[in-house]
Amino acid sequence: MTSLRRFLTRLLNSATRRARDERLREEIEEHIALQTEENLRAGLSPIEARRQAMLKFGGVEAMKQDYRAERGLPLIEHLLQDLRFALRLWRKSPSFTAVAVVTLAMAIGANAVVFGVLNALILRPLNVPQPESLYEVKRADTKYPFQSYPDYLDLCDRNRSFDALIANNFAPVGLYTGGNPSRAWVYEVSGNYFDALGIQSYVGRFFHSSDDHGPNSAPYIVLTHAYWHTRFQDDHRVVGRTVQVNKYPFTIVGVAPPEFQGTVLFFAPDFFVPLVNAEQIEGSSFFNARANRWVFMTIGHLRAGVTPEQAVADLNSIGAYLEKTYPKEDGKTSFSLARPGLIGDVLGPPMRAFLAALMLLAALILLAACANLGSLFAARAADRSKEVALRLALGAGRGRILRQLFTEAMLISLLGGAVGLWGSVVVLRGLAVWQPFSQFPLHVALNPDANVYGVALLLTIASGFLFGAVPVRQVLHTNPYEIVKSGTITRVGRRITVRDALIAAQIAICAVLVTSSMVAVRGLFRSLHGNFGFDPGNVMLLETELNMAGYGSDAIPAMQRRMVDAMHTIQGVKVVGVIDDPPLGTGAGRTLIFTDQTTDLRPGNAAAAPFIYIISPEYFDAASTALQEGRAFTWHDDKNAPRVAVVNRLFARKLFGSEGNAIGGYFKRRDGTRVQVVGVVEDGKYHDLTEDPSPAMFLPMLQSPSSDTWLVVRSNRDPQQLAPAMRDTLHALDAGLPVVIQTWNQAMNVVQFPPRMATISLGVLGVMGAMLSITGIFGMAAYSVSKRLRELGIRIALGAQRKEVLQAALGRAFKLLAFGSAAGLLLGILASRVLASIVYQATPRDPLVLAGVVVAMALLGLLATWIPAQRALSVDPAILLREE
Amino acid sequence: MVLKTLDVLGPQHGYGIARRIEQISGDVLAVNQGTLYPVLLKLEQEGVIASEWGASENNRRARFYRLTREGRKQLQVETQDWEQTAAIIARFFEVKAEDLT
Repeated sequence: MTSLRRFLTRLLNSATRRARDERLREEIEEHIALQTEENLRAGLSPIEARRQAMLKFGGVEAMKQDYRAERGLPLIEHLLQDLRFALRLWRKSPSFTAVAVVTLAMAIGANAVVFGVLNALILRPLNVPQPESLYEVKRADTKYPFQSYPDYLDLCDRNRSFDALIANNFAPVGLYTGGNPSRAWVYEVSGNYFDALGIQSYVGRFFHSSDDHGPNSAPYIVLTHAYWHTRFQDDHRVVGRTVQVNKYPFTIVGVAPPEFQGTVLFFAPDFFVPLVNAEQIEGSSFFNARANRWVFMTIGHLRAGVTPEQAVADLNSIGAYLEKTYPKEDGKTSFSLARPGLIGDVLGPPMRAFLAALMLLAALILLAACANLGSLFAARAADRSKEVALRLALGAGRGRILRQLFTEAMLISLLGGAVGLWGSVVVLRGLAVWQPFSQFPLHVALNPDANVYGVALLLTIASGFLFGAVPVRQVLHTNPYEIVKSGTITRVGRRITVRDALIAAQIAICAVLVTSSMVAVRGLFRSLHGNFGFDPGNVMLLETELNMAGYGSDAIPAMQRRMVDAMHTIQGVKVVGVIDDPPLGTGAGRTLIFTDQTTDLRPGNAAAAPFIYIISPEYFDAASTALQEGRAFTWHDDKNAPRVAVVNRLFARKLFGSEGNAIGGYFKRRDGTRVQVVGVVEDGKYHDLTEDPSPAMFLPMLQSPSSDTWLVVRSNRDPQQLAPAMRDTLHALDAGLPVVIQTWNQAMNVVQFPPRMATISLGVLGVMGAMLSITGIFGMAAYSVSKRLRELGIRIALGAQRKEVLQAALGRAFKLLAFGSAAGLLLGILASRVLASIVYQATPRDPLVLAGVVVAMALLGLLATWIPAQRALSVDPAILLREE
Repeated sequence: MVLKTLDVLGPQHGYGIARRIEQISGDVLAVNQGTLYPVLLKLEQEGVIASEWGASENNRRARFYRLTREGRKQLQVETQDWEQTAAIIARFFEVKAEDLT
């Protein structure tokens, strides 16, 4: 009770300090006056009387300190004092503060971003009830989780380990609700999907196992909350509405809750449909084909009390049964379990390794930043050694002085952490809505949660202590007597210290990153003007999937022909070609081919695995792919004509020895069909920009129809202007056919994604490295200047020129910079070989790159040493020497 | 000691208390008089003494400390405690070796 009252009074007193100080002063005065009178009465002289009184009273200042400590809350008061002092110091040296805060903000921000991603993808489980017992069932001999539908049914019926097993697939569909048809991504799921996961509907209802009565029996749609919001504007009346999916009527029955976005972490669908309707969704279905593993994922909750090992044993006994009963289709069958969120073994381990490496890198960046800030702080502590010595001499405790230094460090650290966290939240939000590939619904819920904030705070405090601790030894060893007497003791080290090595290493790494990012940028520019075996300039691509508008395989060729003819009616269109999937797109397929003499068509006997494209007669003209020998296709190369193909030069040389020999030659496909080569075209790039030359073959679309239809429209003016006309023309042809229109260059963004990402991440890392180097050099230069200020003053007094002063002050920093840059440049040139596998034609043997690196590093050095150099040059020997 | 002094003498200023403690202890406890003030402050904040401005013997402004009701209670408690402690310790000194056998 009394202690509480005392605390409250003290708290109050902290606020009303002034008045109380006055009271104490009066009391002391009165006390001493009374004692003096007493002494006078005892017969002492007035002066002696007062002296004795003072002596008897004891040290006034120390007592005041005690008094204040007793009265207020010293801890908080000291903290406030320290904070005020730190803020005053900041105002005195804003550049130091800015450098420190920016460095910390970037380092802590980088850590928070990486941790945010790590948290969302690895630490946080799927957003379903009891995610810890949810497992994916996959065949043990592959990392992919595919199963055939009959196998899935057998697994469902025969296992005793899972509460329920659910199956799902992904597919793109065309959705037509009247107005503009659009493409959407769906999860095809087994009827028990929502019930087995324990998800409750947000609006309306879900579909259940009981809705499932065989193929195409359950035309129901459950929307995701996000799609309901963007496409249907949160309209509750949407439940019960019938819409067209691939031209088949489906009824919307409900909406999933906002936090549920499917069972793969980064693949957010637009809606869910029953798997039994797969034929309508995908255009084909294999419900009875045991050998066709097309069901993407099989997952389920383990029963209570069943361990994963028991479940695997149970599944393997089913495997043994399948193996025995269906030796031809299933073959050797054993199962294993994996976590579903990152599709088990497909993405889990590489993602984990990648993020762990990134986290390590971020931690190293933070550590290096702390080391640099530590040396900056040491420089400041050296600057202030006189002040510290004076305070020590006046009786301040070393603990108190250290606390002040730590308060300052912590304040900077907290500010940097706050800025960094804010930046990282912005970056994470940006990443969360970022869609690198417009055609895939890649989306990760990267919402920073308490974990992220906690880690950021922890890192902030830890780094504050780390760099705040660097000058501690310096302070503890301060000898106030020596320093007050003779000024700062200057001992200039000539040795190469650990700190020097660290800074040189940072500069070297920075130079490596700068070199590689410049190489990458140059490569990226070059790749925009490379030779791909086609010319994407002035070409518009219209991507359609005829299956989405309900065209069966018989109707497809006629429709494609109508589309081509319709495009020709647009003013400005020169040539129109059709291809099933353009080269350097997303779906480069390969197929096995055999020489004509091969009779045993086993995969091992294949002569080549060329890329396969299905094209219309005018495709080569539309794509500007040069025909080297023979002829292109005509509209007469149809079902009734002999099978023909056009191949690229590499294919021709590989199978027939030379391009000339190829014309008229035959090869066999896997099903035994003999195909005659009628033409040879130039080689090109098919899968990605850095691939080795590959064989490719082109087949006429009338002989192997494909529902995937990309119109390649070459025009003689800016193709962007023609886009609306193209859309209208297609719409007039079939209002329910979804189409994506983009330039060929835009479509190639997908293949340029890896080099772009490499360039961006190298750039980001380069900026980080530059920042570290700058603070490192800045800290070292500032330290050496402030340590040698007196020496520099004497040099100037003795008539040294600016150049000589700079050399004395910063020679070492420049030496480190030159050495580190040279080493980094060399390493960067070596590293570019690795880069060449990601970025098209990345080569460091490029004068522009070399010059760029040198200029960048020089700029960096200039920036870092600018302030210390200014300080060294502005030394006024008169003031300095008088001061000492 | 401060409480007892105030109990005996009634309201007193700081100097008076210091002098009194010195006198009673026979100048054995002649510590720095300044250390008295933090103690007074602590007691005041605990609410066992109160203080107000008044005029000293020679008509100067001085701060007078007096015991509060709570202070009297506390003094009683502490007196009892002390007497008990003193009695126990005294008994330890009285005990001789043969008494324990």
